[in-house]
This record gives sequence, structure tokens and C-alpha cells, in this order.
Amino acid sequence: MEQAWKEDALVLGIESSCDETAASVVRGGREVLSNVIYSQIDLHTLYGGVVPEIASRKHIEKINQVIRKALDEAGISLRELDGIAVTYGPGLVGALLVGVAEAKSIAFATGIPLVGVHHIEGHISANYIEHPDLEPPFMCLVASGGHSHLVMVRDYGEYEIIARTRDDAAGEAFDKVARAIGLGYPGGPKIDKAAREGDPNAIDFPRGKVEGSPYDFSFSGLKSAVLNYLNGCRMKGEDFSRPDVAASFQRAVVDVLTEHSLSAAKDLGVKTLAIAGGVASNSALRASMQTACEEAGIRFVYPSPVYCTDNGAMIGVAGYYDFRNGYRAGYDLNAVPGLRIGEKQGVSR
Amino acid sequence: MKIIGIDSSGLVASVALAADGVLLGEFTTNNKKTHSQTLLPMLDRMRQDLDLDLKTVDAIAIASGPGSFTGLRIGSATAKGLGLALDRPIVEVPTLEGLAWNLWGADGLICPMMDARREQVYTGIYEFCPDGGEGFTLHVVAQQEAIAVTDLIAKLNGMGRKVIFLGDGVPVCLDRIREELKVPYALAPEHLSRQRAGSIASLGCRYFAMGRAISSDAHAPEYLRKSQAERERPHSYEV
Repeated sequence: MEQAWKEDALVLGIESSCDETAASVVRGGREVLSNVIYSQIDLHTLYGGVVPEIASRKHIEKINQVIRKALDEAGISLRELDGIAVTYGPGLVGALLVGVAEAKSIAFATGIPLVGVHHIEGHISANYIEHPDLEPPFMCLVASGGHSHLVMVRDYGEYEIIARTRDDAAGEAFDKVARAIGLGYPGGPKIDKAAREGDPNAIDFPRGKVEGSPYDFSFSGLKSAVLNYLNGCRMKGEDFSRPDVAASFQRAVVDVLTEHSLSAAKDLGVKTLAIAGGVASNSALRASMQTACEEAGIRFVYPSPVYCTDNGAMIGVAGYYDFRNGYRAGYDLNAVPGLRIGEKQGVSR
Repeated sequence: MKIIGIDSSGLVASVALAADGVLLGEFTTNNKKTHSQTLLPMLDRMRQDLDLDLKTVDAIAIASGPGSFTGLRIGSATAKGLGLALDRPIVEVPTLEGLAWNLWGADGLICPMMDARREQVYTGIYEFCPDGGEGFTLHVVAQQEAIAVTDLIAKLNGMGRKVIFLGDGVPVCLDRIREELKVPYALAPEHLSRQRAGSIASLGCRYFAMGRAISSDAHAPEYLRKSQAERERPHSYEV
């Protein structure tokens, strides 16, 4: 019989699914004792996006230092940990494998229990950190470079997908448009900044709809509309206003994310709406969701930007609840680049 | 002295334990590249079978490259995790030196070859020299590198000495060797012709004794090749 899971258990969270090497110690699933993130963003900026092989090489160079620093800052020795949680999907397979192999090896050498965590379930769980009273059920909009989902959190570790994107992820659209208007990588923060100087109503870009699936997202039409607009300006020999394009594009994305989230929340009688993922730190999205939720009488919660980016704390939090639900991973845990929300592979009770 | 050896640089996944001049255990498979799922369970099995207390291990020796980029990182992360958790150093054993060590004491030149694709092999040239006592030391004649098969053969022809080949690059290059090589040669048999963690642990013991251990934080694989994006960057992307 496994020992009962302690309420104030200490979990080390390890994250290496994309271009951040991160580790964190979390107590009781809520209290972040340390949160160390080594970002490779400057490296990948040279290539206009994340290069998987370069990301994997950086992870292996930095992972021990990041974990050591997380333990040091928390003032916790490895032996005091009750569990190790590691992102095992979705993400870049080579990048994921570094964290997974490292976490398994530490668990093997110390005998500390191990669990594999879903990256997006981690992002959603980041909301627990700064909202101690937040408990399921609630709905969460997950928007990042690789994901755009509306997820119903029925209970701890129990997820149901309400809507997804049919083509590009929201963050992907930000990156592509940022590149097209010469802002470069990463697109999200750069468009957010440029948009502050622009008029969101200057250009009427389309709001993508998916026939028959009112909550689903589609951003490829919007992306094409921006590219066509820029092309049109070029053909006519006209200059375009970068702030206006950024603001109008961002407005279109934010409108769609807000409208679909609110209509699903209202239809399903949701009382709390959360956001998560890299795009959740977009200031226009936060403001728009805040206003819409207030009007609808729905509580709106969101994580600080440091918990929106990829981080180890969110993995520690999600891992805490996976442990509490009785899940454990064996030494054969593998990276699963296409892992679906709510799916388990090599993690069982 | 007790040293764990790990090699996951190619198709082979292998773990071993060497202690005070004896190989206590070795597990090797040469089947599929499922190292992420098989390597650590293999190490766990060895620990159980040998009743090994991990705290008594002095260092972890790792085949540090070249090899499959992903395979190398699985081995490296495993070694680094052990190093961090046990507070032990890592001994980097270049993959091709580990392979050459399989043929301990052989006469002539030793030429391990790993298939590096794109008409190249990862290879080095080695020989065994009497160590003045009861054994041999491995002497590096040509450092490991990624090189075109034709260039390697030309190099060996230039040296004019007999050579023994081993490694998974041999089947890929055999036609060329037969056609172009002008010096006497031999091919290693099956029990010596692929990566073995026993060799990594054994050579690792010697390198450890020579003071060649590094911290687990500092270790990273030696790929011998840049990533494709880095190789192509000056031509395809303007900063």
C-alpha cells in the first residue's frame, strides 16, 4: 500500500517541453517556494522561432543547475521531497525527453515517487497558485503558441474539452502576424506592445467562426486577411501603420476568444472563468475578459505573467493533485509529444 | 572504486557496473531505439540483481558522444540525474574510445565507425600501447570526427597499417572498404562490434583514476555536429 498523500506535501515540478528549462518546489499544491526559469528565447530569436534541436541541447546543459537552484531557493533538500512531477507531453519530443529522463533518474536514485504531468493541465493549474480559494468546477481558456482550448475543469485532474482550434493556435497567429509586420519573434509581447499605440478599429479583420461548432476557434482566416491587407498596401505602394495592424489584429483575436469563452460559460452555467497559457498574459485579452465577465456576473481569475509562461510551479501544482488522486509513473515513463488533455500514458493508479 | 557505465548513443541501450577491476553486471540490448522506456528499467533491474546500494557508487561514466542526438541526451540526462541525486561526478567517455576499448590489446589500428548518415561516419583511429606494466593504454591516433567514408579510407591507406573495423557504420561502408581500402583489414565479431556499457565503465574507471571526472552540472554530450538550423542559418535567414 502506498503511503497516504500528505496535505502539505512538497513536490518538485520539472518542465522542458519547449524553450524554457524550469523547475520549482511547491508545498501543498498551492504555495510556490521557488520558481526557476531559464529562458532560451534570445537564442531562438535568431531563427525567428523555436528550433527543436537547439532547445533540446540547451535543456541538457541547464537542467541540473535549474533544479539545484529551485531546491536551494526553496531551502529544501532532495530527500525532503514527497514527489517529483515532470511534463511528459505535449511538446517537442527531444525537449520533453530531457526533463523526463532527468526526473526519472532522480526518482530512481532517491526512491521519491514520480508522476508525469500534462503540460496544458499544468497551465490550467497555474490558476490555483494565486487564488487559494479557487476550486473546481470552473472553465478555463487555454491560449498559447501551441494551444487554443476551452476546458471544463470538473474536478482536480478531471478535464473536459469544450472547444478547440481548427487550425492555428492563438499564439501561433500572433507569431506569424508579428513576423509579417516586421516585429519578429516572440510575437505575443511585441504585438501587445505595438497595439497600445494603434487603433483597434482601424482595419476590420474577420472574426473566425466554425460552422456547426459555435465555441471552436479558427485563426487561419484572420491570419490570411492580415497578409492580404499587407499585400494590398504593397501593391498600391502605400505604407501601412504597424500599430494599427497590430491593434486591429489583436482586437479580432481577443474578441473571438472572449465571445466564445463567455457564450460557453453562460450556456453551461459556469460561475468562474480562468485563463492560462502564454497568450493569457496579453493585456488586451485580460481587460476584455475582465469586462465581459463582470457584465455577465462571472468570476474571472488569471495567473500573473510569470505563471502564464512555461514554468515548473504549474507542473508542481498539477502534479500535486495527480499524486493526491493516486497517480504514479514508472521508470518506463516516456515523452508523449501528442498527449491529449485528460489522457494518461505510462501514468496510472 | 565502483562505476556505473551507460551507453545509449546508438541502437544499443546498455548499462553496466564495474568495481575494483571486475565487471559485476552488464545489460545490453541492440533492438529498437526505445531508450527512453528501456534504459532506466534496465538500470533498475541491474541494481536489484546486484543488490547494489547506489550510495556506494563513486562516479557515473557516460558514452558522451557522438551518436544519435536524442539517444545521447537520454543517456546524459539519466547520468546527470544520478549525479545530482547521489552527489557524484560524471566521467565522459567519448563513444568511439569506448568502442575501441572493446578490442583491448589488439594489434594494429582500431577503427570504430558509427553511421552518421549523409555519406559520413563518426569515427576515430586508435591503437593499444603497452602501459609499462601489465596492460595497455588506449592511444588516440586520430581524434573522433564526422568524416566522409572516402576520406577515412584515404587516411587509412596513407597510414599503411593493418586495421580492425567495428561499429554500426561498418555494414554501411563495407562495399567501399572492399573496393578502396589498400591495407590489410579485419572486421570485429558480433560480441565486440557494438557499443557496450561494460567498456564505458571499464575505460571510465581508468579516466576517473586519472582525475578526468567533472561535475554532473557541467556534462553535456559532444555531438560533433551542429544542429541543422545552425548549419544552414547564414544562407537561409537574415538577422
